[in-house]
Amino acid sequence: MTEPTLYELSSPGRSGVRFPKSDVPKYELPADLVRADLPFPELAEIDVVRHFTHLSAMNYSIDKGFYPLGSCTMKYNPKINEVTARLPGFAFTHPLQPLETIQGNLFLMYQLQEYLKEISGFAAISLQPAAGAQGEFTGVKIINAYHKSRGDLKRTRVLIPDSAHGTNPATCSMVGLEVVHLPSDARGNVDLVALHEICDDTVAGLMLTNPNTLGLFDENVSEVIEIVHAAGGLVYGDGANLNALLGIARPGDLGFDVMHFNLHKTFSTPHGGGGPGSGPVAVTSQLADFLPSPVVGIVEPGTEDLPPLYGFTTPTMSIGRVKTFYGQFGMLVRAYTYIRMNGSDGLRRISEFAVLNANYLLSKVRGKYTLPYNRTCMHEFVVEGVWPEVPDIHALDIAKRLMDYDFHPPTNYFPLIVHEALMIEPTETENKQTLDAFADALLKIAEEAHTDPELLKNAPHNTPVSRLDEVKAAKELVLCCWLPENE
Amino acid sequence: MFIPHTDAEREAMLASIGVKDIKDLFTDVPVKHRFPKLGLPKGITEMEALAELREFSTANETAADLVSFLGAGAYQHYIPAAVDALINRGEFFSAYTPYQPEISQGTLQAIFEFQTLIANLTGMEVSNASHYDGATAAAEAGLMAYHHFRGKRPKIIISSSVNPEYREVMCSYLCGYENMKLVSVEDKADLKESPDQLSDRLDDQTALVMVQYPDFFGRINDFHKLVRKSHEIGALIAFIVNPTALGILKTPGELGADIVVGEGQPLGIPLSFGGPYLGFLATKKDFVRKISGRLVGETVDGEGRRGYVLTLTAREQHIRREKATSNICSNQGLMALAATIYMSLLGKQGMQQVADLCYQKAHYAAELINRLPGFEVLTDKPFFHEFVVKCPVDVDHINQHLLEDGFLGGLNLAKINPDLANHMLVAVTEVISKEDIEAFAEALKEASHD
Repeated sequence: MTEPTLYELSSPGRSGVRFPKSDVPKYELPADLVRADLPFPELAEIDVVRHFTHLSAMNYSIDKGFYPLGSCTMKYNPKINEVTARLPGFAFTHPLQPLETIQGNLFLMYQLQEYLKEISGFAAISLQPAAGAQGEFTGVKIINAYHKSRGDLKRTRVLIPDSAHGTNPATCSMVGLEVVHLPSDARGNVDLVALHEICDDTVAGLMLTNPNTLGLFDENVSEVIEIVHAAGGLVYGDGANLNALLGIARPGDLGFDVMHFNLHKTFSTPHGGGGPGSGPVAVTSQLADFLPSPVVGIVEPGTEDLPPLYGFTTPTMSIGRVKTFYGQFGMLVRAYTYIRMNGSDGLRRISEFAVLNANYLLSKVRGKYTLPYNRTCMHEFVVEGVWPEVPDIHALDIAKRLMDYDFHPPTNYFPLIVHEALMIEPTETENKQTLDAFADALLKIAEEAHTDPELLKNAPHNTPVSRLDEVKAAKELVLCCWLPENE
Repeated sequence: MFIPHTDAEREAMLASIGVKDIKDLFTDVPVKHRFPKLGLPKGITEMEALAELREFSTANETAADLVSFLGAGAYQHYIPAAVDALINRGEFFSAYTPYQPEISQGTLQAIFEFQTLIANLTGMEVSNASHYDGATAAAEAGLMAYHHFRGKRPKIIISSSVNPEYREVMCSYLCGYENMKLVSVEDKADLKESPDQLSDRLDDQTALVMVQYPDFFGRINDFHKLVRKSHEIGALIAFIVNPTALGILKTPGELGADIVVGEGQPLGIPLSFGGPYLGFLATKKDFVRKISGRLVGETVDGEGRRGYVLTLTAREQHIRREKATSNICSNQGLMALAATIYMSLLGKQGMQQVADLCYQKAHYAAELINRLPGFEVLTDKPFFHEFVVKCPVDVDHINQHLLEDGFLGGLNLAKINPDLANHMLVAVTEVISKEDIEAFAEALKEASHD
């Protein structure tokens, strides 16, 4: 199944939309400023609608099926979010309007700030960062700025556990800090002995994902944080796995100093095929002055007759602006909608059932797949996608074969510390029947691996295309459609 | 609500796990901090949530009810109905990043088409899959140039007529990064700088010169000399562009740009109070390996059928970790899709027509306003879509009056540079009618009298 490109569908003279003719006198753009040709396709509306509808049919999506992607939290995206974010009063607001015309937006952002602070146990927050990776960048810049503001210039190293996401070390490099790798112990926790040895007055901080990417809550988290604090470092919490902690534990209470949220994971805003995300950053009171600007606050207190006036404030030692305007506002509306509908009890249920689902699935595959760390997991777990008796079968083959059973594969080959890792996160929105069917598929594939390995090696068999030649793509680098004019 | 389990199913699952209660799954969490009481309001139903959100949204006064002349980096354009109808398909918006190409061809082909359209619009050879917004794309262009010269040319020259928020974001990303230095003619956005002044700052330490086209004030500068001089000294030059303008305006590619970045919001994305928007980045083929962010490439599957994959992934954070030049791991996927659909619907004719309408209407508005007593339109250069008006009184004062008359006035430039007191930046797009423009001019006149 292949779909022609927009350019292949183009027919000169067509147009998908008409605009009214100009109703003002004619003004000519000087001829030397006019572009030569605009090599754009020419299509009618129906051509465009069919093209993109065909493309959509070639995608897997949450609306279509189960997405057990570890650390990605592919939960159901409620339809009401798409309605609230599109309300004209939100969608038509220009970001630079006078304050008195945008009180609805500002109140929503202010409330969302309050809710996220309450959920995480932090004192202050910025909603500006555009995605988790930008939240990390913001958070690590804040840590760096904090030390520098105290004249503590020798803190240039950041500790990163070997189970961490790739964004953690890449973030440190962007901020100009040096990465020090921290090993995990036999139970999947941070290795305390190694941590003690590494911690000194050159450590700016530790970036910790808890529960970590093995799906394990660090049994020594309090001690880990104390050791870093005792050395004068700060602890960054990667909020990728917050879906395990709502109403279960607040990272601020555990001693973390900074944390980013992924509203597109924990708070149900859609992943959109790769974005937009949204990555607010929360901090303790000692770091509040370093947040990116602007932050939403009350600029004129309310009176008996008048509500307060909401506006923007600039933290005194702000690391600056990390994006234009105030954040991915449309995502903030969705997250607000979700938090309001759930409330305190609903949020706790989310994490409880996310953890229940993961442990249930784990109970169904234990024994058939090797478990590198055999503990109670949180919202996700990791198994090895390999068996010694069929060494030619890899995690990738299992992942591809799952597509034939109409499932999206789990995250694979991550975390790096697990051999042939398959990282599985079911989320709370999946029912028991789906989990059972997925477990059955995993067990069936384990059997196939032994009886008919070719079935896995050549998988997938039932998808719009089969395995793609990635070497050819990188070698030939065809990054744009073929243009008929060029031939 | 969004958790489907029945009590019986929950009990069966707990039994399979071998615990009695869900609480038993959380014993690793320190007792002292386990199960905190959250002080959030009680959950509400979908019906109540919609009512509450509707109340917030109607507390705003927006371009939905007002006639808007506000631009300065975000523009109100007409968005054809098909754009939202298509991006609202769950197959698109509830899909993940296309790491599994066999079941993500829809997203991948759409990105491939986005890359093509952006490359063609800007007159460049390649484009990536998008960035968070125009400003972060500009910052990534800075990093790209810096790494192109392996850090041996630490200087980046930024024009003072670049959107001031872009300069702020670039500084957050680049100031203090290794030995990098950002240089500008003026600290604040201003009207005085000429491209020649930027040429004077060029030296063999310069990695990149960054200009905006049309600039923040809507002016179309002549960059021929600056491009030539940048290249003579071995530096790269990047253009920050408004994609609508490129419907008719000579492309940065034709002018010799090495990198082109911009804000894609005008391409079918709602104003939405500043986000989510869409950054784009296009360049020459020679620099493709220095691009940060995702790239989609064409290939074939096992049966020789055409297909698409994420390519050159070895540049990215999940492979290179601390050696990656950027930590970016998302793009603005759904916004890039919206822009792709918008550009396909408008096509060659529609893109030119919208650009042309914006050009005509802005010029008509400028002419009317320039005739008003006490008002002067500062137009020593050709302009597109946006222009600066010197007003007889404070702009906030005028805007207050305009609001009462149902208009959103232009940006008060005093907010970005006190030297520009009484200066307003006015934007006009195709959604504004002749009558709107005439009524706006009338309202401006009245506002200046009170």
